[in-house]
Amino acid sequence: MARFVAKHLLFLLLTLLVVSFLVFTLNEFSPGAVARKVLGAYATQEQVDLLTTQMGLDRPLLVRYVDYVRAVLSGDLGQSARFKAPVRDVIARHLANTAFLAAIAFACIVPLSMILGVMAGMREGSRLDRVILILSTVVASIPEFALGVFLASVFVVWLGWLPGTATLVAGGGWSVAAQLVLPVAVIVLFDAGYVVSMIRASMVEVMQRPYIRTAVLKGLSFRRVILKHALRNAMLTPITVIMLQINYLVAGVVVVETVFAYPGFGRMMLEATLFKDIALVEAGALVAVFLAVVTNILGDLAYVLLDPRIRA
Amino acid sequence: MTTPETLTPIAADVVVPSSLTTPRAGGFAGWRHLALVTESVPATVGLAIVLAWALLALLAPLIAPYAPNASDLAALARPTPSRAHWLGSDHLGRDLLSRILWGARPVLVIAPLAVLGAAALGSLLGLTAGYYGRWIGLVITRACDIVLSFPVIILYMIILAHFGSSAWNIIGVLTLTKAPIIARIVRGMTLDLREREYVAAAKMRGESSLYIMLVEILPNARGPLIVDMCLRTGYNVIIIGVLGFLGIGLPPPDPDWGGMVKDTYGMMMVWPHMALVPCAAISSLVVGFNLLAVGLRELGLRD
Repeated sequence: MARFVAKHLLFLLLTLLVVSFLVFTLNEFSPGAVARKVLGAYATQEQVDLLTTQMGLDRPLLVRYVDYVRAVLSGDLGQSARFKAPVRDVIARHLANTAFLAAIAFACIVPLSMILGVMAGMREGSRLDRVILILSTVVASIPEFALGVFLASVFVVWLGWLPGTATLVAGGGWSVAAQLVLPVAVIVLFDAGYVVSMIRASMVEVMQRPYIRTAVLKGLSFRRVILKHALRNAMLTPITVIMLQINYLVAGVVVVETVFAYPGFGRMMLEATLFKDIALVEAGALVAVFLAVVTNILGDLAYVLLDPRIRA
Repeated sequence: MTTPETLTPIAADVVVPSSLTTPRAGGFAGWRHLALVTESVPATVGLAIVLAWALLALLAPLIAPYAPNASDLAALARPTPSRAHWLGSDHLGRDLLSRILWGARPVLVIAPLAVLGAAALGSLLGLTAGYYGRWIGLVITRACDIVLSFPVIILYMIILAHFGSSAWNIIGVLTLTKAPIIARIVRGMTLDLREREYVAAAKMRGESSLYIMLVEILPNARGPLIVDMCLRTGYNVIIIGVLGFLGIGLPPPDPDWGGMVKDTYGMMMVWPHMALVPCAAISSLVVGFNLLAVGLRELGLRD
């Protein structure tokens, strides 16, 4: 167990180092450009050169990178040019909003896709299986922004039941809860389609194992075979997939946040990259990768804990 | 799929479907595969959708009623579908049907090209990692893991916002981010295939490593790869749409489905059709690719 954790932590560190270096190099590839961006198009070349020297941007890349890592390690992530606030506060605020949205969506996705996936996979080729398979394929095929537009045109434009934006500020006669319905629905539909097909595939495979046949021939009821025998093994492979969805829910929901003007982490990153807010982009990328690798590790850990055969 | 040529010594009690044994008239192998695809309903529907879009994209210059960027000032006042504009027109009075038809062209070129690029790069990396093993394999798999651990959408935003967006840059980032997944699949299969007798035989004949990887191993790994490439093409269509929607896709004014949604979804309350039409187009194309993949996998499992 200790070896497992140590190995993964090492990989986490390596990944963070590589990613931070790549993003750093990418953003500061042309040192003059940073000063030019700050001063604008009408500054003279001398002014640009002066600021470049003042900011220390004429020093070698590696030296600046080491300085940057040192600053990050001491908790100083810099100042956001876009939001005019410390990067740490900006990220914390947006990440909290996204975590709120993600938690609600996750709480819907897991039970929904487990029920549908198991129901489809327990009798492969049955009519129910075909319907669930085709439906989940179709739903997972529609891009999130299209799902958002489709749902909004029905519930916002046509029926007028829900608001079209989720700014988290109650206003225009809509509560925050009503604002959250559509974003959560889009995320759940798009993501559950994929998770359902993974759980279904795993269930189909488990149902073909000899021990299931034994259980059936022993005279156990089908319900008991599914709940007591098949379910545990069928959830082994998808548990990693389910954990990976956390990663998607935090960093991948840029589109949903943009559609519904939700003040979350993904939209913050989009604004930061478009605005070339370098400090925010760098820190945001690190946070995203950190979350991605950690959920990966948690997925592996859950797998090990569920399957006694690997737990050495 | 085994080819009919290798099936000739058939045991008497094995029933082989006639579509596999008798070559069709004309002898073009593609027809046989096509006949096989029609045995699965999802694959047939998927293929039909994809082919229909390909045909529409190909014929766009001939069948599009207007030039894709031409504004019809008369349509500005009433942009809803009419006899002059079958699907209506957008906020600048441009004909939606023409823009949809023209917009199919970049998507149907970029998405498959990026998949081919990813398949080529990924196969090469996967073969190398699986065939040589040891530290080369370790370095390649670790590098792939790092790319895969990065939330791709954020990677796209950083790269495309920095280098600017063009068709080639989109193909580039799609290739780079999808290759590791293909590499993983190919590596797994190579680890298994390299222990086969025919690989040992080729080594004995003194063939080079490159020959063995490309001629002996890769063709035997193509089955799962083809299904995966279909899925990837569908996902690439989604990503191209998403990039357009986020404002980092193909540059305007030429029609791009995602960009068309971005420009008009703010007017949903007044003119919902402007955003709905491109959304329907992109969704139907992705559904086509994914149904094709589901069907192909089904057919693969049946053999």
